[in-house]
Amino acid sequence: METIEIKVNGETHTITADPNTPLLYVLRNELELNGPKFGCGLQQCGACMVLIGSQAQPSCMLPVSAVSGKDIRTLEGLVSKNGDLHKVQQAFIDEQAAQCGYCMNGMIMQGVSISEQEPEADERRIRERLQINICRCGTHCRILKAIKKSIAP
Amino acid sequence: MKYSNKPGRRNFMKQLGSVSIGFSLFGSLSCLTENEKELAMVFEHTPKNERIDSWLQVLEDGSIEIYTGKMELGQGISIAIMQVAAEELNIPVSRIAIHLAETGITPDEGITAGSRSIETSAMSVRQAAACAREILMEIAGTSMKLPVNELVLEDGQIRGREEVKNFHELLQGNQIERAAYEPKEYYGKTQRNIVGKPVKRPDLEKMVRGETFYIHDMRFPEMVHARVVRPPVYGAVLQSIRQEELDLEPGFLKLVRSGSFLGIITEGEYQAVQLQQKMTDRCKWYVTKELPQYENLTNYIKSLPADTQTDVENGNLAEAQQNAQITHKAVYSKPWIMHGSNGPSCAIALFDKEKLHIWCHSQGVYPLRETIAKMLNIPVTDIHIKGVPGSGCYGHNPADDVAAEAAIMAMEFPGRHIRLQWMRQEEHAWEPYGTAMLMEHKATLDSTGKITSWNYELWSDTHSTRPANGDPANLLPGRYLDKGFEAPQGGGWRGGTIRNAEPLYSLDNFKLTSHSFSGPLRVSALRSLGAYANIYGIECFMNELAAKAKADPFEFRIRHLNDERAINCLKELQRMTTAVNPESGEGFGIGFARYKNSASYCAVAALVGFSENKPAIKHMWGVIEAGECINSDGLKNQTEGGMIQSASWTLMEQVTFDREHITSTDWYSYPMLRYPEIPKIEVTVIDRPDLPPSGAGESAQGPTAAAVTNALFKATGSRIRDLPLSK
Ligand code: FES
Ligand code: FES
Repeated sequence: METIEIKVNGETHTITADPNTPLLYVLRNELELNGPKFGCGLQQCGACMVLIGSQAQPSCMLPVSAVSGKDIRTLEGLVSKNGDLHKVQQAFIDEQAAQCGYCMNGMIMQGVSISEQEPEADERRIRERLQINICRCGTHCRILKAIKKSIAP
Repeated sequence: MKYSNKPGRRNFMKQLGSVSIGFSLFGSLSCLTENEKELAMVFEHTPKNERIDSWLQVLEDGSIEIYTGKMELGQGISIAIMQVAAEELNIPVSRIAIHLAETGITPDEGITAGSRSIETSAMSVRQAAACAREILMEIAGTSMKLPVNELVLEDGQIRGREEVKNFHELLQGNQIERAAYEPKEYYGKTQRNIVGKPVKRPDLEKMVRGETFYIHDMRFPEMVHARVVRPPVYGAVLQSIRQEELDLEPGFLKLVRSGSFLGIITEGEYQAVQLQQKMTDRCKWYVTKELPQYENLTNYIKSLPADTQTDVENGNLAEAQQNAQITHKAVYSKPWIMHGSNGPSCAIALFDKEKLHIWCHSQGVYPLRETIAKMLNIPVTDIHIKGVPGSGCYGHNPADDVAAEAAIMAMEFPGRHIRLQWMRQEEHAWEPYGTAMLMEHKATLDSTGKITSWNYELWSDTHSTRPANGDPANLLPGRYLDKGFEAPQGGGWRGGTIRNAEPLYSLDNFKLTSHSFSGPLRVSALRSLGAYANIYGIECFMNELAAKAKADPFEFRIRHLNDERAINCLKELQRMTTAVNPESGEGFGIGFARYKNSASYCAVAALVGFSENKPAIKHMWGVIEAGECINSDGLKNQTEGGMIQSASWTLMEQVTFDREHITSTDWYSYPMLRYPEIPKIEVTVIDRPDLPPSGAGESAQGPTAAAVTNALFKATGSRIRDLPLSK
């Protein structure tokens, strides 16, 4: 067990954990965040994605000690202080881009990452970036539409 | 007229605090101690399905709470039910809350399956709401001393000449305890202001913000975590465990062992994950049965003992076959495929004050309660199960298993909430799959290209081993407990096997024979059950027959149909795709069916080409006609999703195993369609408000499989009949 400082959604938290604990478990259990989800624990599905800087990254195998001091954002952190949704989040509601919605966190994180890193990305590129994100319900087309229309600055 | 003068269920539940109201009240159960009398009601009461207040209650602010015995699985049933209620009561959807399946609280509606929730739950709510409206209008008329036709119902209020009263005021805090009856009018049929519209789902708002919504998100004070240590293969007996220094393991609380069932409980979740791994290495198992190995699925299935039955026999097959001009035969097969829920199954259980509470994403809380009672040998009236949404399940996934496992562990570790979540490898390797099937077709044509006979023989394991009949062996842990409930023998219920096995086409001479075998893998209901494979085979065979008859596949189908709705559906698909012009190397194909031959009609077309030497679906089109459409966007969403899911099954999905156990245990060894391969999709909804609504969540599975396969044949000129298409 070690004391580790992590910065999530603009706030610094001091936690005591086994330094090898994957970030996902810390976010869900210590910080009680619901955004990042456990899907595979193997970096194969994208359900657990968070933003580190502007990069969407799976958190399920990432040791918490490795992200100490980095800027981590989760789904919750995309909502502005006054409750307004991020434009990518809003687009998911507008397009009703969910069935069970379990994949939504990863899809939105990836969408935000694209909008910050390459807002000019075309459909082909967006699909490429979403390669890791699985959706078992088959909501892909709506999700793609939501991301496409919301990434532009 | 009779009203309740007792406080409504809502009031009583409010006192209960945390147990059951909506998603917002996930608080600890410990506060229940002061309310033991009320809590007892949860255990002893089952709302009666015929009563209005079992489905609908008026809250203090005049808004409405609807109770459904069904579960939200991502299929959008909540919004559909809210819409039908809102329409009848002329109240905005935003003033309706919905309470999902919970024992003692909602009506017992069995299992959320078979695309039946619209036909059953939504229609019960519609009736209760229409009755409630009529009753409220009468009450208002009496209290305002006006004839009902001078009253205006608007926005959840009833307006007379001088007064306006909301529903709560009219009922003076009571509920309508009467039985539902046949109302004079359904606004859903006559006005249709809310029904049929693409009303947005309120639950998406919660998902998008990361609010507490899924079972996975529930947290209770002092909650602990659990994992199960799995055997190496289905047939295994736990011989020994090295338990030394377990107490020194971080966070270790308890090892729960009963027979060959082994669970661990720890303070932290990651501690449980690590200990699960460690304990797996420390267990010695005796393998009682290995899995079979074979070269060829068709031969293997045919080698299994089977229970054979003639299900349908019309006309005179032999005579028709003798007089035939053209005879055609084809054999198709599909492998075992998995539900593969995106989020592994999860449940929370608490045993406290001699009562067992379970939170889980089961599709049937009441049947599960009965089965868990038998497994644990405790009375049903000691168990309370609340349904909380999980990841999409697409049928009978391990939702019930995980609930049963959490319950076993809770009984051994009372007083604290125990959260159990399966790991990805467990979900992949231990879920009940959709069974492999074999489909053998033989048909004859006359010189005009009319089908004169059709013989269909099919081989299948069962499509349901749900814990619906109270048999604990249908819960995975049931097999490993001390008591040793025998694993189900397979075969069994045939209804799923022959679902859509009879073509909708008019056939004078038709015979259906089913061979029910007991296969090596654990199987149960997967979205559409046998219909996926049956429709796949029939609709591929229809294209093969059309080719023999030198007919266009659309025209060939229509010539064999006398069902107007079916013909309309196909013609709409034809209209949508007239401009499609496959390039060289591409092919176009269609598939069609009416789900269960009694529910929704669905026609699908696909344009398939190649990319990197693998079949690639470029574009798909779908037409869905589900009678009266309740939510047009929901219907589209379900159809699009079904098409993509089925395309993935058809193209690439198959469970693999060796002697030891399942070998497809993650998303690499069990690949699915990913973004770069997802086709464009267009779906048209045909709305028939003049007809009753029918469920549509499973309608696209079969037609899509055939459309894709038929298109691939067009693209390549050679027909693959054994799924998946790209092995
Ligand atoms: S849970 Fe992290 S990628 Fe699947
Ligand atoms: S909406 Fe269910 S997994 Fe994507």
